[in-house]
Amino acid sequence: MGAVKARKLVALTGNDAVAEAMRQVNPDVVAAYPITPQTELMHKFADYVANGLVNTEFVLVESEHSAMSAAVGASAAGARVMTATSANGLALMWEIVYIAASTRCPIVMAVVNRALSAPINIHCDHSDSMGTRDAGWIHLHSENSQEAYDNAVQAVKIAEHRDVLLPVMVCLDGFILSHTLEAVEVLEDETVKQFIGEFRPVHNLLDTDKAMTFGPLDFHDYYFEHKIPQIIAMQNAHKVIDDVAREYAELTGRRYELVEKYKTDDAERIVVALGSTCGTAKVVVDELREQGEKVGLLKIRVFRPFPYNEVREALAHAKAVAVLDRSMSFGAQGGPVLLEVRAALYDNASVPTKGYIYGLGGRNVSPSQIRRAFEEIKEIAKTGRSSDEIGFLGVRE
Amino acid sequence: MEKPLEIRWHGRGGQGAKTAAFLLAEAMIEQGKYAQGFPDYGPERMGAPIRGYNRISTEPIRLHCDIENPEIVIVLDPTLLRTENVAGGLVEGGKILINSPAGPEELKSDLDLGNGSVYTVDATRIALEEVGRPIPNLPMIGALLKVSNLADIESMTRIVSKKFEGKFNKQVVEGNLKAMKRAYQEVRG
Repeated sequence: MGAVKARKLVALTGNDAVAEAMRQVNPDVVAAYPITPQTELMHKFADYVANGLVNTEFVLVESEHSAMSAAVGASAAGARVMTATSANGLALMWEIVYIAASTRCPIVMAVVNRALSAPINIHCDHSDSMGTRDAGWIHLHSENSQEAYDNAVQAVKIAEHRDVLLPVMVCLDGFILSHTLEAVEVLEDETVKQFIGEFRPVHNLLDTDKAMTFGPLDFHDYYFEHKIPQIIAMQNAHKVIDDVAREYAELTGRRYELVEKYKTDDAERIVVALGSTCGTAKVVVDELREQGEKVGLLKIRVFRPFPYNEVREALAHAKAVAVLDRSMSFGAQGGPVLLEVRAALYDNASVPTKGYIYGLGGRNVSPSQIRRAFEEIKEIAKTGRSSDEIGFLGVRE
Repeated sequence: MEKPLEIRWHGRGGQGAKTAAFLLAEAMIEQGKYAQGFPDYGPERMGAPIRGYNRISTEPIRLHCDIENPEIVIVLDPTLLRTENVAGGLVEGGKILINSPAGPEELKSDLDLGNGSVYTVDATRIALEEVGRPIPNLPMIGALLKVSNLADIESMTRIVSKKFEGKFNKQVVEGNLKAMKRAYQEVRG
């Protein structure tokens, strides 16, 4: 964790931690609608608004569709905008989630990951944010509440970078992080303020001296051309995320990579995961290492833009890889993380993979499930061939 | 890495099991330790059985999963002994602390405990006498401090009063602190 003097740890839930980051960012506009498990985050932020701790224009809307619409409008008008949601709330935003990215609005949104209905469920899986993986948002995932806080602060700087200007989702696992009290180091208000700097929008809807049209019709004549800079911006984000992380590490001693290689350097078998499961997986890796097994964890912190080169490099020497997904892409080979990892390894087909689905609807992810994945992939290490069967961890058989 | 101390709380909705788990985690973090506090969220209703959990360590805690094998179990409501398997998964030599007017020996025979130990304290009576409401969580924290070596009662008193100040009136705060101290002294086992 690095050389930081006099660390002051405070007890915060994941929701508290992100609300705290939002207080320090002091966004111009927040538009939000409550949904479990995001609700407490916005309760806390609403307290900050009511107590005059922020200058934010807090827009209470009648649905998430309106929340994102207000966020886009405010962002186009040159405001620094944040919001938060979960699951069905994100689903209701859908139309405007795409518009936020295509209009190049650097909005930061916490997504407190929760399973999509049906059946109705309030607990964690990644079906909500994973569904938006093609919407043009940057996706940061958090292993713990500290990382949720750190990601939220960094997200503002990433989103507003001139080479990016894209919205960022800060994903944190519902309940597992959002409702768990943990020790978190919070930066000084002034430090955060300095780090993110003042927001200077490139274009501004309200700038009458430079009148512009936002969100116009754009048919087969120019729509295609306007998609190209969006693609380039997402490619640029790769470097910007890393630059911001480097700068953040100077302040905090916490250096976040796009992927975290936990004991993977000499590992023969590697588990790939994202979110809070990574902490549990690290404990399993340590236990198995003590028994002499050469295993490691590759944690994906940035899911969009997907760090293909880093993933390929980290896994290149492995004899077998298990990819854990907390959501399913129905009709595909497995979950979204598996598909990306397989794509990253396409040029290195000698690394066999097996996909696992786990933790749907908040199902507990025990160390024994991760041990099982490490055990089972011994088989594909032997054959050298990927398994086309999806494994299910922690489900009744 | 050190294996964290794991605690499970059994209570009924409204008895403050979640608050107790959060308060304990906060107090441990305040003392420079690492801790987690989390409830098991189901459909929340007054009186329904609920569970709360703590992990406590001198190192950062990486596990984010259910606690299956606690070292300490705390039961806020003695009627749960009949309906919940409160000793389930308790480690060998673990401790169960029960809010009950009965003595530890009386309850031990009904629990499948192996070589674990049982402690009891009449937390509801203490809460009624000191706070005027049957909320047993603060006295149970007091008793927990006695049967574990997590913190001394003085520093916990400081933390609780700091947390409760401004939230509750002086009488309620002092009543709770008195109840916590009494349970610390009166716990049996």
